[in-house]
Amino acid sequence: MESTAANFKENALGALGDARLRDALDKLSGGFPENRRKAAERLPEFEALRDQARDIKHHVLENLDHYLEAFEARVVEAGGTVHWCRTAAEARTTILRLCKQAGAKTVTKSKSMIGEEIAINEHLEHHGVEPVETDLGEYIIQLRREPPSHIIAPAIHLSKEQIADTFREKHRDLLADRPLEEPRALLEEARGILREKFVAADVGLTGANMLIAETGSTVLVTNEGNADLTYSLPRVHIVLASLEKIVPTLEDATTILRVLARSATGQEMSVYNTFCTGPKRPGDLDGPEEFHVVLLDNGRTDMLGGEFHDMLRCIRCGACLNHCPIYKSVGGHAYGWVYSGPMGAVLIPNLIGMENAHDLPNASTLCGKCEEVCPVRIPLPRMLRAWRKRQFEAQNTSKAARAGLRFWAFFAGQPWLYRIFANLAVGALHKLSRGRGRFRRMAFLGGWTTLRDLPAPAGKTFISQWHGKKPSESGHE
Amino acid sequence: MSEKPATLPTHVGLFATCLVDLTRPQVGFASAKLLQDAGCQVSVPKAQTCCGQPAYNAGDNADARAIATKTIKAFENFDYVVVPSGSCAGMLKHHYPGLFGDDPDMAARARSLAAKTHELTAFLVDVLKVEVTGVAFDGTVTYHDSCSALREMGVKRQPRRLLAGVGGLSLKEAKESETCCGFGGLFCVKYPEISGRMVDAKVDDIVDTGAGTLLSGDLGCLMNMAGRLHRRGIATEVRHIAEVLAGMADGPAIGAAEKKTD
Repeated sequence: MESTAANFKENALGALGDARLRDALDKLSGGFPENRRKAAERLPEFEALRDQARDIKHHVLENLDHYLEAFEARVVEAGGTVHWCRTAAEARTTILRLCKQAGAKTVTKSKSMIGEEIAINEHLEHHGVEPVETDLGEYIIQLRREPPSHIIAPAIHLSKEQIADTFREKHRDLLADRPLEEPRALLEEARGILREKFVAADVGLTGANMLIAETGSTVLVTNEGNADLTYSLPRVHIVLASLEKIVPTLEDATTILRVLARSATGQEMSVYNTFCTGPKRPGDLDGPEEFHVVLLDNGRTDMLGGEFHDMLRCIRCGACLNHCPIYKSVGGHAYGWVYSGPMGAVLIPNLIGMENAHDLPNASTLCGKCEEVCPVRIPLPRMLRAWRKRQFEAQNTSKAARAGLRFWAFFAGQPWLYRIFANLAVGALHKLSRGRGRFRRMAFLGGWTTLRDLPAPAGKTFISQWHGKKPSESGHE
Repeated sequence: MSEKPATLPTHVGLFATCLVDLTRPQVGFASAKLLQDAGCQVSVPKAQTCCGQPAYNAGDNADARAIATKTIKAFENFDYVVVPSGSCAGMLKHHYPGLFGDDPDMAARARSLAAKTHELTAFLVDVLKVEVTGVAFDGTVTYHDSCSALREMGVKRQPRRLLAGVGGLSLKEAKESETCCGFGGLFCVKYPEISGRMVDAKVDDIVDTGAGTLLSGDLGCLMNMAGRLHRRGIATEVRHIAEVLAGMADGPAIGAAEKKTD
């Protein structure tokens, strides 16, 4: 998809003015974080599991080549094929080729963020192959031709009324008097359409939450069971995954599953946890005849060993979005690309370039809540700062901000000068406040005073008062 | 103060923070009083200015490092460095050492400073192990956990423990006491509308407690919340926790009009 990450400020302003979005985000705030907290409380070893999950991913990243080759060998042994793709374009071309070879007219898809990242749907459509999203949320945003606004709940920004309107507009056979007020009715309407698509599809395209080096299996986690129908009914199963999804063993995969669902939705386990290993074997009652894994790099190996190395531990649970006060204020679309929230603010500049996503690392208070809840303990605030440092060094920080900082830093570096000017300034401001204690307007601080009063200084600085009062105690200067 | 301890008193360097220095001196005096009452000798080096965090969080590590160097030199000879702010304490404790990657000598001095740097309430409870006695504050208060205090400095139970010793004070916890208020240093002026949404949510949460006074340990957050409370015409008073603990909460609250003296 086209990125609008460069327009974050405008996107955010639009989002802040959207009352329906606000209702949707308020519901999100009330749900996932509270459920995660309870799930964590119920499991005494949750914190220890987080450490284990972090260590597993850390170990994989240190030995990525080894595990990727082991994974490929197991896939081949099981009768499948691994397609190594360096770029999004290579992955698109590979998937289209596999679809054409299969003579595919329709491709069913279970939700895949990598699919969004490489914009596979647009590519398939453009070449005459119809992609059908089968995750309910993803299906809804496909009908609306919107990007996901959340990595695990792609249609979280919509109300059920908006979804009903979308179905009435797009489902031509939908009777006008069919009630669609209840979520259940919406689900049944979508299910009715999707059943036919599942049966008719020639290729099933899924993502993968993990790839297991020990067995060559891919792991799929859903709450709707749509991934199982997507991979098992069509003749060809294509798995699209980025290469950092690898874990060494089945045991490691189960450790990560235990923190994944708890961190994401507060469930102990997601409803469907599906392990796919190769195509149908002789004697199997069902399953695909072909099994392909499209393994995508798309800039990730460039992150290895650098400041953003730890970001590759991410298991895409969405906890950092669910707990982020910025995300909860502006929603996912403001970030302007397929990822959002703190993980998006770190990852997006890596994938589409810092110059195309300048605001994302800056639009954060660095409150640290994301790191506090991250199941694999990614130091997200540290990496947001790392982007800011790069921007500052590349002189991408605005001239006004740079000048302001230099001015402040100059005074902060000259304590005696700072004292003189500080006392003059606070004295003047105090007089200006005329005992009211605060200002409603202040030059150069419009950003503050548009929405807030500015508390006025008390008239003399603490340090001048302290040393004026207590010369005897002013030692160690 | 007539009893002299047998050993030399603990010598504390008070890093007042630029916001306290410039806007609310009584937080500095209250902090000093709390430390002195606990038996410390308190010094306030004149060479202190800002901790350098605005530069550091803007990616300007060179300026942050220059400011850090001055701070380290001004404070490294004290037994402890105490800061009435989790945010600035976090800067000294967790971010200074990383600024001197190519200078082992300064890095070692930064680590040594970091090791003796404490947020005020944590220092009182965890290091000095003092209780608050003989101080009164009539009213219900709610406490905002500033992000850096909570997540960088591990400050959560210490301010509550101290407040429990204040006569007449009752604490009503807010549902979202651990949620960021939207200040974020330069964030609030760079992204004023997003910050505004965040502080509005915070103000709603504070109002829901019914508390007459909002306390916290970080002046930046307090000025942000006080500013929004005033703009919305809400009468909740806002103070730094040190003012209440030191029995110095009789002056005007943050952003409130000065009282007429007789």
